[in-house]
Amino acid sequence: MIANPSLPALAVRALRYQWPGNPEFTLNLPDFTVDREHSLFLHGPSGSGKTTLLNLLGGVLRPQAGEIELLGQPFSAWPARRRDAFRADHIGFIFQQFNLIPYLSVLDNVLLPCRFSPLRARRAGDPAASARTLLAALEIGGELLARPAHALSVGQQQRVAAARALIGGPEILIADEPTSALDAGRQSAFVELLLAQARQHRSSVVFVSHDLRLASRFTAVRELPS
Amino acid sequence: MSRWRFLLPLAAASAWNRRATLGLTLLAVILASTLLLAAERLRHDARHSFAQAVAGSDLIVGARGSPLQLVLHALFRVGEASGPISWRSYRQIAADPAVAWSIPLALGDSHRGYPVIGTNGDYFRHFRHGPGIPLQFSAGRAFAETGPGLFEAVLGAEAARQLGYRPGSQLTVSHGSGPLPSASHQDKPLTVVGVLAATGTPVDRGIHVPLAAFTALHLDWQGGQPLPGLQIPAEHVAKFDLTPHEIDAFLLGLHQRSTVFSLQRRIAAFRDEPLQAALPGIVLDQLWHSLAFGERLLRGLSWLILALSLCGMLAVMLAGLGERRRELAILRAVGAGMPQIAALLLLESLLLGLLGTAASVLLLAGLTSQCAPWLATHWGIVGQSPWPQGDELPLLAAILATALLAGLLPAWRASRLALADGLTPRL
Repeated sequence: MIANPSLPALAVRALRYQWPGNPEFTLNLPDFTVDREHSLFLHGPSGSGKTTLLNLLGGVLRPQAGEIELLGQPFSAWPARRRDAFRADHIGFIFQQFNLIPYLSVLDNVLLPCRFSPLRARRAGDPAASARTLLAALEIGGELLARPAHALSVGQQQRVAAARALIGGPEILIADEPTSALDAGRQSAFVELLLAQARQHRSSVVFVSHDLRLASRFTAVRELPS
Repeated sequence: MSRWRFLLPLAAASAWNRRATLGLTLLAVILASTLLLAAERLRHDARHSFAQAVAGSDLIVGARGSPLQLVLHALFRVGEASGPISWRSYRQIAADPAVAWSIPLALGDSHRGYPVIGTNGDYFRHFRHGPGIPLQFSAGRAFAETGPGLFEAVLGAEAARQLGYRPGSQLTVSHGSGPLPSASHQDKPLTVVGVLAATGTPVDRGIHVPLAAFTALHLDWQGGQPLPGLQIPAEHVAKFDLTPHEIDAFLLGLHQRSTVFSLQRRIAAFRDEPLQAALPGIVLDQLWHSLAFGERLLRGLSWLILALSLCGMLAVMLAGLGERRRELAILRAVGAGMPQIAALLLLESLLLGLLGTAASVLLLAGLTSQCAPWLATHWGIVGQSPWPQGDELPLLAAILATALLAGLLPAWRASRLALADGLTPRL
């Protein structure tokens, strides 16, 4: 499953999704692609179907029409099991908040993707050491590693979530409003840190936000239709 | 495979995080499965120990009445005596050509709660328990029955151990089964001369004394009371005829088992006094038969209680799913599929089932060893091993399977929720 690196990380074509039992609400997306190691800023007001798009990109929803290609693979045409496995191997997620399993330690939270994906565990080399390095780069000190995730501040939790999304170097990083729970000063610092780490791990980034002030740091900006 | 291996520690960590609520449901599961196992064990042990105890005798003879009462009293010292029978009748029947051996029994006295059995040396020669095992002495010898050896006693293994008696120890017998100080034979102490090896039957709890001693103890008694103004000291009893007038029952062994029914009929037709001869095996079968409905009822109720406790477990797990939606969505995002989400929930109920059954096995082992003396004293039930065996193992497996089956519902519900929520739970 080593994909051709010349193909785009993510390609969306003529995507249409209709919620079952809710025919008025239909998501229609124009075509867009994200090249390898590029970053895309998706801008959309609330109600523009961001959540649906994320679930489609993550493979937990399947479009009624159109297709999603990830790393040149016909991702949206696959059965659920294969999409789950692909998501574990190649996609890192960061959400708005509540990214961490509260009763697991910081370190165990970061290691979660390596538990579900042997590929990412292998790429991380020594997963625990890799997790420590990532956390250190994201300014999470050693004394926090053994703490349960719920004992951390929101800002710390988001940085732990970033480390978790990046461990094992997934090709695609999807972030959904990861800064909205942070204050303005920390927002841009977090985005800087995230993008720097993504570059280092050669991950492509899809960053969804309603806050256009952050858009300038990305290689491309797209507007989601409302 | 590795993405499955991680699920068990994850399920354990998640359950530990909710230990307060899960602990209570676990307690309910433990108590319910303990009850279920205990009912089964009691049934099994009762049957086994009763069967062990009656195995050696072909007939039990006593005053006419309920055969069950006779068997329970003569062999298990449970319930009331069915009435005395005369020594003469005993001698006559024991002389029947079909009879190989006989053991007379005089019951009714006790020492610190342990039954005193007046008998003779034939008891040690002919009594059999289990698959035909004779009695053996772990210390000392049989009592001498006559002369200076009149006031001697042989203790069952359990009685000797619990009372701390060894050959040489002295004991006084109380009249009746209670330790009433006014009704004791303090003037005529008995000396322990032997201790029997353990048999796992009521013999272990018996204090066996010569029939003559039994008679001598009651020389200056009448109607269950000491005669006022009359006291016959121990050294003078030899002047009296110590042949008992009455005994409570006797056990018979036959030369040929096939003659048992004809002898039973002869005893039933005995002219001098109304007697009956009971076949202990058949009497016990009748007992089990009459108890079968109660057993089924108890077992049904135990299963019902287990079902209720599992319903409690389901309620807690289902209610907990609301809080766990975030957790499940996070697991989905890092790559868990539907089968893994379902497996996580199933593992939780399996974990609860395993902990519940394991703890109930431990609890039951503790209860069994705690209640063993009480069960043996009051019900004649001698416990087997405190650990599950025989019918209890499939029962344990069935409890576990039921817990797992119950876990299918939260597993299914969790998959539904996770499918609907996707990566971001709508809370």
